Amino acid sequence: MDLTSLTIDAARSAVQERKTTALALAEAHYARIQKEDGQIGAFLTLSKERALEQADRIDRMAAEGKTLPPLGGVPVGIKDVMSTRGLRTTAGSKILEKYIPPYDCTAVMRMEAAGAVVLGKMNCDEFAMGSSNENSAYHPVRNPRDLSRVPGGSSGGSAAAVAADMAVVTLGSDTGGSIRQPASFCGVVGLMPTYGRVSRYGLIAFASSLDHIGPLAKTAKDAAIVLRAIAGRDPMDSTSADVPVPDYVAEFEKPVRGMKLGVAKEYFGEGLDDEVRHAVELAIDKLKRLGCEIVPVSLPHTPYAIPTYYIIATAEASANLARFDGVRYGHRARGVKTPSEMYRRSRDEGFGAEVKRRIMLGTYALSAGYYDAYYLKAQKVRTLLTRDFDEAFCKVDAIVTPTSPTAAFRLGEKANDPLAMYLADIYTVTADLAGIPGISVPCGETKEKLPIGLQMLGKHFDESTILRLAYEYEQA
Amino acid sequence: MKVTEKDVAHVADLANLELTDEERMAMLRDLNSILEYIDRLNELDTSDVPPMAQVSDRYGVDESKQGSERFAYANRDDILEGLRKSLPHEEALANAPDADGQFFQVPKVIER
Repeated sequence: MDLTSLTIDAARSAVQERKTTALALAEAHYARIQKEDGQIGAFLTLSKERALEQADRIDRMAAEGKTLPPLGGVPVGIKDVMSTRGLRTTAGSKILEKYIPPYDCTAVMRMEAAGAVVLGKMNCDEFAMGSSNENSAYHPVRNPRDLSRVPGGSSGGSAAAVAADMAVVTLGSDTGGSIRQPASFCGVVGLMPTYGRVSRYGLIAFASSLDHIGPLAKTAKDAAIVLRAIAGRDPMDSTSADVPVPDYVAEFEKPVRGMKLGVAKEYFGEGLDDEVRHAVELAIDKLKRLGCEIVPVSLPHTPYAIPTYYIIATAEASANLARFDGVRYGHRARGVKTPSEMYRRSRDEGFGAEVKRRIMLGTYALSAGYYDAYYLKAQKVRTLLTRDFDEAFCKVDAIVTPTSPTAAFRLGEKANDPLAMYLADIYTVTADLAGIPGISVPCGETKEKLPIGLQMLGKHFDESTILRLAYEYEQA
Repeated sequence: MKVTEKDVAHVADLANLELTDEERMAMLRDLNSILEYIDRLNELDTSDVPPMAQVSDRYGVDESKQGSERFAYANRDDILEGLRKSLPHEEALANAPDADGQFFQVPKVIER
C-alpha cells in the first residue's frame, strides 16, 4: 500500500483495520516531505511532536477496537494563518517570525478532535495577500506540476502539498479566491464554504467580512468530510452562523439529474485563455450528459468585482493589521526611542511590499474626504454584485465558470505588476463579496500539462449542491 | 494623477508606516495605477443602493425583531470569565518583545 496516495476514507479504514498505523502514515508523509519539499517549499514549520502524539492517540483507539472519528489518523497540513497552540504561526510574515500562539484556531481544534494528524504549517502569501505565493516572506512555493510555475495563492503551500502527496488534505483560507485559485493551478479540489459556515476564531484576520476557512483535497468527497468536521456555529466567532450542518457525503446519494446550472457570459469574455475556455466548455458538456440543464444567466456587474474587492479588502486589512504595533507580540525594531518610532519602524521592518501597499490603499480609501468616494461606493457595488447572484439563483441551482482565466503562470511573471496579479482573481472574488460557497475541481490540462479548474458556485449554505455536482463530475 | 507625494506621506502617517523614499515613489506609482482602475466604479449609479457591510445580515436573523435583537443567535449572556478563561499572565506576556514579568514594556510615552 502506498501510504502517501490515500484518500481520507482509505487512510482512516487502513488505520481502523490495523493494515497500517497512524504513526506509519505520518512517518510516510514526513519522509515524502523530506524528499520533495526542498524543491517545492510548501511547509514553513513541521510539527512532528504534536503529530506523533496525536497519531499515537489514534493508534491506541484502533488497537482498543474503538470506532475512529471521520479523520482518524489522516495526515493534514494547516495554512500558517491559523493559530496553533505552542506551534509557530507566521502568517507568512517576518513580523510574526517568532510568534507562538497561546491558543488553537477553532477549525484546527475541530480537525484534531475529528482525528486529524497535523503535520505542519503551510506556506502562504504574507497575511494571505497574493495570488502566486511569491509574497511569502520566507520563500516562494513552486507548482509540483512544473517547478518553474507558481502554485497560485494565497494558499499555495496548502494546494501544492496535496498535489505532491505531502498531505492528504489541508486547510486554506479564501478572501478573494485563495483556496480555489491555487487548487485550480495545482490540480486539486478546493472548497470555499459559505461566509459564516466555518468559525474564523484563531484565524489571523485579513479582511473580516470576506475571510473564509476551507479544505484543499484530492477529491470532492474528502472536501465534504472535512467541511462536515469543521463547520457549524462557534460561540467564539459571532459571525459563525447557527445553521444546521448536513451530512454532505450522505447527500451524494441524491441525483444531479435535472439540476439547473447557470452559465454566465461575463465569465467567458476577454482575458480568458483559449485552452481554459475549451476545457471548461467540455466540462459543461459533461455535466449536460449527466442530466443537468444548462441555463444562460447574466451577472452584469461582474466587471466591477475586482475594483470593489480591492477597496473593501484593503480597507478591512488596514484596520486588522493595525494591531501589529511591536508591543504585545511580533517584531519590534531595535533602538527605538518613542512609541511612535516603535510602531513605524517595527511595521516598516516587519511587513513586506504587498502588505504595505494594501495597508496604504485601504487607509487611503478610508481617510477623510475619500471614504464616500471609495469605501462607501464599494459597499454599494457589493450590494449590486450580491443581487446579481440572488437573481441568477432564482433560476438555477448552481453556476459553473472557469476558476481562473489562465493556468499557472511562471514565477516572476506578474511580480512587478500588482494590478495584473489582482486580475488573476477575476472569477473568484465575487463569491467572497457575496458570501456564497464555491468549489474548484480539476477539469483537464493545457497542452503543457498544466491543470485547469472548473468552478461551481452555490446558494448561501448550499454547499451540498456544489459538492454533489463536483462528486458526480469527478466520478463520470 | 490623483494621489500626490503629499498624500502618500499623509496616508503613511495615518497607517503608522515610515517608508523609504524609494518605497514612497513606488507607492505613488502603484496607488495611482490601482485607483485609476478602481475609478470604473463611478460608471455605476448607486444613489439608491444601500451599502453592504457584511454578509451576516442575510441569514440567521429574526425579521420580527428590531436592531441587534435580530441577531439573537450571536448574543450571549455576560459571564464573569467569558467563554474562555483569560490567559495566565505568563502566557499573555510570552510573545512580547519586551516585558518585565508583569507588564508589557514600551519606550517612554510622555516626552519631557
